[in-house]
Amino acid sequence: MITLTSDPIDVALAMKDIQSEQAGAIDIFLGVVRDNTQERPVDRLEYEAYDRMAISEMQKIADSAHTRWPILRYTIIHRKGTLQIGEIAVLIGVATAHRADAFEACRYIIDTIKQTVPIWKKEVFTNGEEWVNAHP
Amino acid sequence: MNSSVSVLLFGITRDLTGQSTIPVSLNEGANVGDLLAQLHQSYPALTGIRSLLVAVNGEYAETDLTLTSNDEIALIPPVSGG
Repeated sequence: MITLTSDPIDVALAMKDIQSEQAGAIDIFLGVVRDNTQERPVDRLEYEAYDRMAISEMQKIADSAHTRWPILRYTIIHRKGTLQIGEIAVLIGVATAHRADAFEACRYIIDTIKQTVPIWKKEVFTNGEEWVNAHP
Repeated sequence: MNSSVSVLLFGITRDLTGQSTIPVSLNEGANVGDLLAQLHQSYPALTGIRSLLVAVNGEYAETDLTLTSNDEIALIPPVSGG
């Protein structure tokens, strides 16, 4: 399942969604808001998405992961809006029969999300703000 | 014949132009590359962005794709999700 939401991410609920009796491994990756960027203190992050395309690009990534690993169940949840330090920005959950596939699929999904999904984050510092990756 | 399309802006492109959509007038047969050239001319600040892609109807588009007035067009600055 793919979700783009303004609400806080519920890890226990996400895990319940991907549990399967055939699964011997469940990997859950959490991307969380860090309090600094290259030692510059961050106050909060502001996420923005091109909703319809963000969802379709995340679905493409999930479909592609499905063809590469024997995934039993998965969930991808991405936040948008303002996030405070320590909040979960993204959750990837993958259930497979064996752990190697779960680790690899989970890593592939988060790495590819960072490359192709039209979601943007702005770091808000105490003395300024900056869209991440935007400048050369 | 000219047609007018509106281009959706996000992230840094919205901040630089101060707008979330900008109207662009396209010549018949104009493609994605023509649109980008026109936008760069009207908004020189956009050239400071590391890369700028275009999505048409929710899909990344090549520069030679021809645009029509019914297309949903969006500028995609470097993504930074996750």
